[in-house]
Amino acid sequence: MKQFDYVRPATVAEAVAAAAQPGATYLAAGTNLLDLMKGGVSRPDRLVDVTHLDGLDQIERLADGSVRIGALVSNADLAHDAEFAKSYPAVVEALLSGASAQLRNAATVGGNLLQRTRCAYFYDTASRCNKREAGSGCDAREGENRTHAVLGWSESCIATHPSDFCVPLVALDAIVEIEGRNGRREIALDELHRLPGHTPERESALEPGDLIVAVRLPPAAPGFAAHARYLKVRERTSYAFAVVSAAAALRIENGKIAEARLALGGVAAKPWRARAAEDVLRGVAPTADAFQDAAWRALADAKPSGDNAYKIELARRIVVRALTLAAAGTPARIPALPASPFASTSGAIHA
Amino acid sequence: MNHSISLTVNGARRDFVLDDPRVTLLDLLRERLHLTGTKKGCDRGQCGACTILVDGKRINSCLALAISHDGADILTIEGVARGDQLHPVQAAFIAHDGFQCGFCTPGQIMSAIGMMQEAQAGNDPERIRECMSGNLCRCGAYAGIVDAVLEAQAGADESNQRRSA
Repeated sequence: MKQFDYVRPATVAEAVAAAAQPGATYLAAGTNLLDLMKGGVSRPDRLVDVTHLDGLDQIERLADGSVRIGALVSNADLAHDAEFAKSYPAVVEALLSGASAQLRNAATVGGNLLQRTRCAYFYDTASRCNKREAGSGCDAREGENRTHAVLGWSESCIATHPSDFCVPLVALDAIVEIEGRNGRREIALDELHRLPGHTPERESALEPGDLIVAVRLPPAAPGFAAHARYLKVRERTSYAFAVVSAAAALRIENGKIAEARLALGGVAAKPWRARAAEDVLRGVAPTADAFQDAAWRALADAKPSGDNAYKIELARRIVVRALTLAAAGTPARIPALPASPFASTSGAIHA
Repeated sequence: MNHSISLTVNGARRDFVLDDPRVTLLDLLRERLHLTGTKKGCDRGQCGACTILVDGKRINSCLALAISHDGADILTIEGVARGDQLHPVQAAFIAHDGFQCGFCTPGQIMSAIGMMQEAQAGNDPERIRECMSGNLCRCGAYAGIVDAVLEAQAGADESNQRRSA
């Protein structure tokens, strides 16, 4: 690990000033960053430790019906907040399907949003990677790429964003509150992560010094609580990143879908909101045919970036299954194996 | 630049001067305090051998910078027994052969203790497997580990009932 300076600011303003310097990066729990630093993938000159800042670890219910989640709330504390789980069950199911209990205890909300891709070529400093080193090339293009992107990728980069949490958040129109050199601003989560284009090294809309201080879910989000699921296919049932995942949320009135929300994970460099699919579900009955139609529209622009054509069909099926599960109703309890399509009955013993 | 931090480790306050901010909690425990029960497996947050409790919560100590945890209360495998009396989770691991080579065992036990405090798994074997998935055992002692955790959980439930009766 490269040597670095360690700074522990007392205020958000001090943090922003310290992190705006070239070579500086924020440290929250470090569950991703330290791993990257140990591998020489990230080589910051200065770590600005935000974990001791006050006021960023609260879950607040606002008067207008929004919820505001401080950037330093741990993934576990958010997932185990009973009131939050009741209002935003798909968010909790996604959180609990990610990483391990140890990592969820440490990892923060802000850090989850800004975690880096798990593309093996990004991690391997002997490989060419345009994201790690701009202009060096992409060894994933002709490499082991069966888990790589099928939407929004470019010849420069076919990496995916690994977050589960972001998928239902983007479906529910989450807003990111940012403190920067010019004060406070907010953007839609959908605008936070960038598609690679010719500049995959620029992953987000954040500028130097920008600090995510909170994530907000708008007043409409709890309206989907009765019909909201997260479904995730991975190469083992627990403690693995998504090959493909989907968050589906429906507002059903008088037997028809008043409003649908759909987002995909593991398919692109950002959590992928499928608005065209949402549009065809508005005003129709929640039937298998309608969900098939939505799935086709969600993947209409998908194309393989390598040995991953299977992910397109898999994503369609996950979309149909997630919508079907959402229509059937949110279960009273999060399943024993959160988000797993292979979830057995709680208490059952399998080999 | 030197940085001073203090930690409470297994109930005792310890002060450190760090001449390098790169030291992880895992390396601090093993190299400075010679508490080598906490194991370095992958050193990348994938295996769980380095699991400790920080402020009552289980984390991977290999991915935690010591300097960032100034003031934290740390519990390691060395701190869970009371003298010669094993922690109930330790005793259950022995009773159920919850290990073979033993390398992952301190992390498994600390993770199980943390999990029981989180109260998310109860006595459901499937939930226990899910909630312990951050601890790998390359010998494959998983069946014994789940049995050990089930027994420890049952014992904890029983003593809770006695206390509330």
